[in-house]
Amino acid sequence: MEVLFEPFQFEFFRNGLAVATMAGALCGLIGTYVVLKGMSYIGHGLSHAIFGGFAVSALLGVNFLLGAGLWGFASALMIGGVTRRRAIGSDAAIGVITTASFALGLALIKVFGSAGKSPDAYLFGNVLAVDRGQVVLVVAVSLLAVAVVFFGYRPLLFSTFDPEVADASGVRTARVDALLMLVLAATILATMNVLGVTLVAATLVIPAVVARMLTNSFSRMLVLSSAIGAVSGFTGMVLSYHLDIPSGPMIVLTGSALFAGVFAVSGRRGRGRAGHAEAGFA
Amino acid sequence: MTAPGPLVRLDRVTCRYGDEAVLVDVDLAVGTGEFVGVVGPSGSGKTTLLRTVLGTVAPATGTMHRHPGLRVSYVPQVETVNWNFPVTVDECVLMARVRGRRLPWPSRAEREEVASVLERLGIAELGSRHIRELSGGQQQRVFLARALLGRPDLLLLDEPTSGVDVRTRHEVLHLLTDLNEAGLAILLTTHDLNGMAAHLPTLVCLNREVIGAGPPRAVLTASVLERTYGARMEVLHHGGMPVVVDQYQDERAKVVELRRRERRAL
Repeated sequence: MEVLFEPFQFEFFRNGLAVATMAGALCGLIGTYVVLKGMSYIGHGLSHAIFGGFAVSALLGVNFLLGAGLWGFASALMIGGVTRRRAIGSDAAIGVITTASFALGLALIKVFGSAGKSPDAYLFGNVLAVDRGQVVLVVAVSLLAVAVVFFGYRPLLFSTFDPEVADASGVRTARVDALLMLVLAATILATMNVLGVTLVAATLVIPAVVARMLTNSFSRMLVLSSAIGAVSGFTGMVLSYHLDIPSGPMIVLTGSALFAGVFAVSGRRGRGRAGHAEAGFA
Repeated sequence: MTAPGPLVRLDRVTCRYGDEAVLVDVDLAVGTGEFVGVVGPSGSGKTTLLRTVLGTVAPATGTMHRHPGLRVSYVPQVETVNWNFPVTVDECVLMARVRGRRLPWPSRAEREEVASVLERLGIAELGSRHIRELSGGQQQRVFLARALLGRPDLLLLDEPTSGVDVRTRHEVLHLLTDLNEAGLAILLTTHDLNGMAAHLPTLVCLNREVIGAGPPRAVLTASVLERTYGARMEVLHHGGMPVVVDQYQDERAKVVELRRRERRAL
């Protein structure tokens, strides 16, 4: 039993655990909208786009959070803008814009280096990189996300379910989408240290899909998805320490195990719900 | 709303998607308590007409006048609804209350309003059910309930009887007639000439432009229908109602015979 609590004596672990749990809940909350909008791939794409921002901010010597954050938000708005034209689907828009940004990041790092910052930490997640500042950032973004979802619950739900009628009913759907993209970009930015660019997408999608298998109510799905994300983050982090496996993969594997368990016990009805909730899986 | 003039009026409205004109010089007016049906083939601009009235499609030329303060509600085609979206009937209907209260959960007054509109439409017991778990008629009523919760002066419905059985079609028609008799103005589109359109007080035949408008007896004629659909149709009368007979079978038989003769000649 003592072995189980051993890692809690280390500050880096306590910070990492707090961030992983909050990051899981945060991704679960925002992931509900991402999955129901049929944009699972956007998490994958945006995290890669933000990597481009990481390289550019390292090159220019500007604050990483500011540079990568602005870069990610601009990418999200561009994806939204391209998708609204309808001639190009959201998956194709994400594919073009974000992979171009990722490729630019890789090229810049190859040519100019990364100014002392390890790109590997952003690619695969590194719990040792979590400091108090990171905890504060995740808390701040979580509070922002909860405030947006709480006070914007009605317009967000309406514009996710039925954007045309929402628009006609006075919801400024373009603004609502932009706000959601802003929160999504902030979420990815805040959680990249723990989860890594390559795995953020899974933490956005898996909790929401598991929650969808468990409920037919939107409000319950939001709560369940956040809870499943938090449990995945906490459990994955603890397992990460004991099994000596990087935090990002362990959190995703925990979520995947939950998915497999719920998939197995929820029967055809639950599987049907999840299958229809999202056609693609990033 | 009791307006002296029309609730909504389109004057020579042309709408385009890119270079393609979907509506051309359309004139249309819907007044207080009117019940208007729009018929026409697929791609004739029916849905665009509704979207123009709704305000989500802007005319390229011409003008659309709406009575100041007019409340318009829209019931989309059931085929366009994501039936697997996780919403219960209550959650779906409550979407109409998107403005005003900011808190996620409904107030007591809102809960009572939702219960009242569901009761009025005969689906009071379905509030906690998922929208996919309902019959076609019940699903149509849920979206009608959402529209009515917005307390509209004008109700727009896109193909309200598409894909439903005869009994459900009757239910929807009776329901809409009751609402109209209670003072609600209605503008709907339909493909169903005999089951729906022939029973409405006013019809508009549309094929990018307005081919004919007026009571069904005046509009459902062979000439107007041929210009609207580009196909020959025969119009019979049964119990004072026009009945449209599609002559596709006759035409098809003639084409088959013609091809058979051509093959013989070769």
